[in-house]
Formats: sequence, C-alpha cells, structure tokens
Amino acid sequence: MAETTYLDANELVINMGPQHPATHGVLRVKLNLDGERVMGSECVIGYLHRGVEKIAENRTYAQFAPYTDRMDYVAAVTNGMGYVEAVEKLLGVEIPSRAQYTRMILAELQRIASHLLWLGTHALDLGAMTPVFYTFREREEILKILEKYCGARLTTHAFRIGGLQYDLYDGFEREVVAFCDYFMPKIDEYEQLLTTNRIWVNRTRKIGVLSGEDAIAMGVTGPVLRGSGVKWDIRKAQPYEAYDQVEFDIPIGEHGDTYDRYLVRVQEMRQAVRIIRQCVERLAPGPIFGKVGKVIKPPVGEVYHSIEAPKGELGYFVVSDGSTNPYRVRVRPPSLINLQAFDMMARGHLVADIVAIIGTLDIVLGEVDR
Amino acid sequence: MLENAFNVVMAHPLLLAVIKILIVFAVLSGIVAYLVYMERKVLAFMQARLGPMRVGPWGLLQPIADGLKLLLKEDIIPAGADKFVFLLAPAISVLAAFTVFAVIPFAGNFYISDINIGLLFILGVSSLGIYGIILGGWSSNSHYPLLGALRSSAQLVSYEVAAGMALVGVLLISNSLSMVEIVNRQQQMGVWNVFLQPLAFVIYVIAAVAETNRNPFDLPEAESELTAGFHTEYSGFRFALYFMAEYTNMVLVSCIAVTLFLGGWLRPFSSVHALDFLRWAPPVSLVGAAVFILWLGLQSRVPLERYFFVALALGCVAVGVIISYPLILNAVQGIFWFGVKVLAFLYAFIWYRATFPRYRYDQLMNVGWRWMIPLALANLIVTAVVRYLLSAHTPASPVAWLLR
Amino acid sequence: MMEEPKEPPKAAEGGETPKPAAEGSKAAAPPGKPAAASPKPPAPAGGAAVPPAKPAAPPAKPPAPAAKAPVKPEPWSSPLLDELQKRFPGAIREAVIFRKMPSLTVSKESLLALGQFLKSDEGGAYTLLTDETAVDYPKREKRFDVIYHVYSFQRNDRLRLKVLVGEGEKVPSVTGIWPTSNWLEREVFDMFGVVYEGHPDLKRILLPDEWTGHPLRKDYDILRQDDAWVEANLNIKSGQ
Repeated sequence: MAETTYLDANELVINMGPQHPATHGVLRVKLNLDGERVMGSECVIGYLHRGVEKIAENRTYAQFAPYTDRMDYVAAVTNGMGYVEAVEKLLGVEIPSRAQYTRMILAELQRIASHLLWLGTHALDLGAMTPVFYTFREREEILKILEKYCGARLTTHAFRIGGLQYDLYDGFEREVVAFCDYFMPKIDEYEQLLTTNRIWVNRTRKIGVLSGEDAIAMGVTGPVLRGSGVKWDIRKAQPYEAYDQVEFDIPIGEHGDTYDRYLVRVQEMRQAVRIIRQCVERLAPGPIFGKVGKVIKPPVGEVYHSIEAPKGELGYFVVSDGSTNPYRVRVRPPSLINLQAFDMMARGHLVADIVAIIGTLDIVLGEVDR
Repeated sequence: MLENAFNVVMAHPLLLAVIKILIVFAVLSGIVAYLVYMERKVLAFMQARLGPMRVGPWGLLQPIADGLKLLLKEDIIPAGADKFVFLLAPAISVLAAFTVFAVIPFAGNFYISDINIGLLFILGVSSLGIYGIILGGWSSNSHYPLLGALRSSAQLVSYEVAAGMALVGVLLISNSLSMVEIVNRQQQMGVWNVFLQPLAFVIYVIAAVAETNRNPFDLPEAESELTAGFHTEYSGFRFALYFMAEYTNMVLVSCIAVTLFLGGWLRPFSSVHALDFLRWAPPVSLVGAAVFILWLGLQSRVPLERYFFVALALGCVAVGVIISYPLILNAVQGIFWFGVKVLAFLYAFIWYRATFPRYRYDQLMNVGWRWMIPLALANLIVTAVVRYLLSAHTPASPVAWLLR
Repeated sequence: MMEEPKEPPKAAEGGETPKPAAEGSKAAAPPGKPAAASPKPPAPAGGAAVPPAKPAAPPAKPPAPAAKAPVKPEPWSSPLLDELQKRFPGAIREAVIFRKMPSLTVSKESLLALGQFLKSDEGGAYTLLTDETAVDYPKREKRFDVIYHVYSFQRNDRLRLKVLVGEGEKVPSVTGIWPTSNWLEREVFDMFGVVYEGHPDLKRILLPDEWTGHPLRKDYDILRQDDAWVEANLNIKSGQ
C-alpha cells in the first residue's frame, strides 16, 4: 500500500453489520474509511452470547455435551469431539480403537463440510456466485451420512463421553468410500473455477497478509496460521484419537495472504479424504465404549485439551471439583482469537477487501460469542 | 366520410411513430420482465438447481408475480432523504434507458426513427442514465448508497470513454452515424463490422458489461460489500424502476453491439445466395420450440400444466404456420435475426455472471484506464491510417489530406 | 435449575463408590505418568491424549474397587522448573502436573518477568498464548485463578500458569508479551470482573457496555440478569 497522508476530516465511519450479508452472522465491524480505504476498524461482538460456559457449570458432564454443538454449528462433530475428549482426559479413560476411528472419520467429514461451507460463502462474498451451489451439493452428501449415523444434520451430538452411543450403521464404510471417490474430482472442479481465475487471484493475492510471527503473536491457529507458513497442526504435534496412526500432510502457504489460505483449505480437504480412507480401512469390529460409569464423576483436577478443529485450535479447559457437574468449562474458540487478527489484516485495504478478509478468517459467530 | 377521416388520421406524421413507440415499449417491458426470468433460469441450470418453479408452470408467471409484489409494496422514503431528488432519480434512469430505443433499428423496415446522428444520440442519452444512479445514491443520505453511487459514476465515466472510442472505429468504416445506414453499409460490404473491428468489438463488449453494472463489474451494487449499493434505500416500485433500468440497459447495449458489429437485422451470410434456405429459420425454430415445450409438458404430472404446455406448443406451431406465408416470412426476417443475436448476447451476459468473481474497485479502474482506453485509442489510430491508405480518393500526401 | 449447583457436592461426598472402574484405572495411571513426563517436559509427539499406563489397569480393577486415594495432581519437576526457580526465587508458589500438563502457580508480581522469560528462546520459546481465562473460587481468600495456557512450538509443549487474585486486585496485563491476550483479558474482565493493569482498552467484550455484574462468578446465578438494562434497551420486563 502506498503511503498517503489523509485528512481526518474526510474520514467516514461506516457500520458493517450486525445485519450485513458478508459478515457471516452478527459480526459488527466499525470501519473508519477514507474514501474506500480502511484506516482502522473495530469488531463489536457478543450479539449471539448465550453464556455457554455458565450453562456448563449448571449441567452434568454428559448434559453439557449437546451444548458444544451449538457453538461452531457448522462443525458440530469436532466441537463435541473436543469436549468429550477433554472429559475423557480428565477421567483418564481410553476409548476403544473402533470408536477412535469412527470419531476420526466423522470429524474429517465434518472438516470437509465446514471447509465447503467456507469455500462457497467466501467465493460468494467475492462475487463468484456459482461455487456456493456446488459446494453445498457436496456438503449435503456429508450431512446425509451424519444424519444417517446420528439422526441430526447440524447439531449432531455424535459422540459420548467414553466412546460412541451407536455403532455404525450397515453400509457406512461403503457410503463413506463412495463419497470420497465422488468428492475428489469435485475439488478439482472448484479449483478450475477459482484457483487460476485471474479475477480471483487478483482479489485474494496480497490481501490480508499475516506474517508467521504476527500470526503467532496474535494467537491465530488452524488454516490461517498454516497459510502464514507455520507448519503446525495439533493432529501431528500432539495427536489425539489415532491421528498418529494415519498418514497425511500438512499443507502450508508461503505469503500468508488470502489466496494462500484458500489453497491451504482446499488442500486440507484432500488430506481429509486421505485420512478418511485410511480410517475406513482400519475400522475393525470391536467395542465402542470405554470404561466409563453411568455417572460421570471425575477426580478433582484441571485439564486442558485441544483438538484441530476446522477453524483452528479448539480447546476445552475443564475444572472438576469432584462432583457430577463441571466446576468450570472454558472453551478456547478458534474463531474468536482468529478474529482478533482482523484489524491488523484489514488496515490499508479497501472495503471490498474487508469481505475477503472476514471470509478468509472463517469465523462462526456462534463460537465467537458463545 | 369515415374513410376520409381514417386517411386524414393515417396521414398524420405522428401517428405511426406513436404506434411504433407503444409497440416497442410494450414489447420491451415484456422482454425485460422475462429477461429476469431467463436470467434466473439460466443461472439456476448452470448452478445445479431449478430456479423459479412455483408460480405457474415452470415458474413462467414469476415475473408477473414479482412485478405485482413490487407494485403493491410500500414506497419507503428515508427520513433524511432529499425527497424530490429521491423520487426523481429512478425515473431518470429508466427514462434514459428506454429513450435510446428510439433510434435502434430492429429491422430494415421497423424502427421508430432514423436520425442521422443516431450513434451520438445513443451515447448522449444513455449517459444520462448515470444521473439516476448518482442522484439516487446521494439523495438517500446514507453511507452505502453513497459509496455505491461514487463507484458507479467513476466506473461509468471511465468505461464510457473506452466504449465511445471503440465505436468511433466503426464510424470510420461506416461513414455514417445513422444506425440504419451502418447496417446497410455492412450489407453492402458483405461483411459484418466485427470482422473488420474485432478489437473494438471486444472492448465494447467489456465496456458494455461494465456500463450495465453487471458481473464481474457489478461493484456499484455489490451485495456482499455494499448491501445493495446505490439502491439500498429504495423499495417497492422505485426499486423496480432501477431494476428495470438495469435490465433495459442490458438489452440496449446488446442491441447496439448487434447493430454496430453483428450486422443488425441481417441474416448470417446475407450475400451468399446458396444459404437462402436460412430464411425458413423463423418457422422452423418455432416448431422446434413447440417440440421442446411439448416434451416439457409431457413430463409434468399436473394436468393443468400439461394442457398449458400443449396449448403453448400448438400456439407456437400456429404462429410458425402463419409466418410461413411468403409475405409475412419476408417481413419477419429482420426482426427474427435481430432477436436471435440480441438473445445470444444476453445469454452471454448471464453466463459471465455465473462464472466470474467480482473485480475490486481499483482493479476495475486499472483495467479501464490502463488497458481499455489505450487499446481503443490504438485501434482508432490504426483504423484511421488503414482507412486513409485504402481510400480511393487518397490525395497526394497525408498533409494535403489533413488540410483538405 | 438453581438447585443444581448445591446438589453435586453432596453427591460427591457420598458417592465415592458408584464408579469403581474409573476410579481404579485412574489410580493405576498416575504413577507411570510423572515418571514419563518429568525428565523432559516437552513430550515428544506421541500419545498426548491417551494415558499410556491404561491397558494394564482395567482387567484387574473392576473386581477390586480399591478405595485408594483418588488421582491427584503430582508435584512436578523438570529442568525448566529448576531454571525458573533459580531465576525467579519465590515466584513459583506451586508446581504440579496432572494428566501430563504441568501447572505453575506464579506470584502476581513476577508474572510479567516470568512470562517474558518463558517467551524468550532460553525460556523455552513459549510464544503462543493459546488461552487466558479465570476460575472463581468465592470461598478462598484470593478468589480468582487467572489462568494462562502457553505453548512452545520449539518444544511442542504446553504449560499452564496460574495467578491468584483477590477481589479488587489488579493483575498486570500480558498484552505486551502475548498480544493475543487483548480480547481474552477483556473477556475475563467482562465475565469475572478481574481488572487488568496496563491493558490498552479494557472494556466489556461480549456483554453490553452498560451491563452490571459479572456472569461467570459463582455468586451470579444462572437465571440472573441485569433487569434494568433489559428493560431500558429491549423494552421487555425480563428476558426469562
């Protein structure tokens, strides 16, 4: 961006949201504009605050699990997974391998679904209206699998503390593999529409650049961090479930701009398919529930457990006082912390880039506000 | 007595013009309404969905329902708006768009007027439409519309230049500003201007997309950035007027492009007599349409819909039979080919929308000023030089030619 | 709903027996863990989520519901801790490890210096502040635990820092060390009323600016709300 001096008198304050088509929910951004150039911004959040953490203190461990689905409602499976794993860690139980692989399959499917939703809306924000219909078509297939497994499409509550409530339905493996076969060429299709499209490249290259150091300083995680060239994925660094048993690569970007983050997420979808295929192969008959009693009463203590959710590091900090209710549950929402980097990324860009930057952060306001 | 009166009335110079205007206006309004339907359907099929299906068979009555809805909606005027300008602005847009059709020759024998400065008139009046957008955005007294209006004016001004210069290239080879004359000239030369001025054609098409605020240049109303751009505060019928102006402009730029570059009402290869059988295209395509409609209708499970489609197919066949009558067949040739070309153009407009992301404001300006205008200028100079060298009356030296 | 918080403690006292299996397996687990973790805190990317000592335990335990002491945080020892204690004598009040995660209770005064050191390369390069939050223990003299989770990419290790804060006390803000904490501290302020010193823009983040009360405190009932605010801004008597 060229250095220009601006007169304060020309500054126009514009309110983007909470009702705005490109803020992905009820995010409100106050923009200080000079013409169309953004001189500063402030995010106003909390419109969707429901006090999830307070609710947790008034529910038993098992009762709280469905609430986690309502935070990142486009990736409910991973949200639930983070919570049940945190409680399992607190309890010190290990869950059987069949349950682990099932969780991984569903979580990776959910990752694809979340990325698809992101890709479609991100493209729509930048004016490409067609990809959203294609990505939703594929997402629908995933939701069908989820629905067949647990009866819900969005707020799945797929897992239980200690394992799974239901075993897989007949033909699950076949359907998942069929989806993988069907889905891989579709990724190429999206890429054909966007990756080499000159307008797309112009709109995303050098937009919202975040260097690796800045990304770490701002605590950004997930694809946004990897887009900035930091090769860090919790699935590799501190594997949970059976992620240490499967092979996959961590795609990273070079420049930390919107285009790189786009490429990273597209590559992540391919890697997710790879993980799913391996998991399906290893899915052996066996028990699906670990040694957890009917009443969940963990020992006194605190655990922090985090997983690689589609949007970044999703952490649960659970404090137990030895009773049946958690004493405190803290959710470390990736969306909130990624959103904090918004101002840094937006300064000096044009209004049109703001929607690109909001899109590339892939926030879900249900999780930001909790 | 009666006959006498009839003759007097018919002899009145305004009468025929008024009738033509009414026809053009009515048909155009219908076309614009169904252009929206076509856009929704074509987009839908490109995006793996069906589009409007509920209002009428295959959603055919959707435009009427939309129009009614907009008419009956409350006309909201924001408290802080400049009321007079706010009310006037959409009317300016739509008026400017419709007025230009006065000089478009739909066929060799059907146009409202043929003035000898037709092209100038088009450029002049269509530029007036921008006032509607600027004033609408400004008078709303709101941020998003203002930004939309600013973008729009900058965009239109820059692309108008490129489009105008591209058109001058055509003028140089046509020797006339009259739209009818330009088409006639193409007939005489036996070649469409697009083959003589390909670069000008490409520049004009791009500029036309930009001038009509269509994707990928739809920044003034970029939904994801400016909610709805300049017409954010408009509702009800005034919003419908803007909407109509936009689509009328689409038809308009298509008509201009067809007239100037694609031989207007001429059928392809009009000078090749071996292809004279193409004159049967109108009835044949109508019968083809009838078959397609019948096929659609037979898939429907609703009896009423089936009857409707069958009736529609029969109607198509009937019209096809009527226009097969030699005299009528000759009369509809021009309008048919003109219509086909314009439709192809409109289809391309919709196609762009399904394919491209949106340009950013500064990138759009870059494309306009750094590429389109220099290219148009270069095209103009090259055309002028070639035209001079080929001219039969070439004077002894260029200097002499210039001083002539 | 309101009664619930009171009930669990009772259940906790009388309910030691219902879960022998889980208790037993936990009792078996801890001895192995500190041993594995203590020599080197940076646990190599192995089974961070799964307690390794588990498989042996389950078969033996169910029949013998050992009434042993429940799993407890164990004292932590590591080179890093020694280093910290050398550099900041008296700063570390407690160092324990539970479920493979070391937790340091740090004095408020030395928080900034200690954080700065941990972030530096010699301190282990804990450059990523993953989370900052608080827990309320209203019966304690210093009722809040302000909790920082830091992560080191270099050592692939997580560390928990705790600062005990009383009502009305100010905590030094770590925004200068880890800029991430900006919003997180605002959230803690919003939810607990913990005031930070040196924070650039300490105001509410999730709740409206004019709201009174701090909902995540234990004495703030789940049904409670700022009725005056609700009435003034939403034009309804109550949100319930």
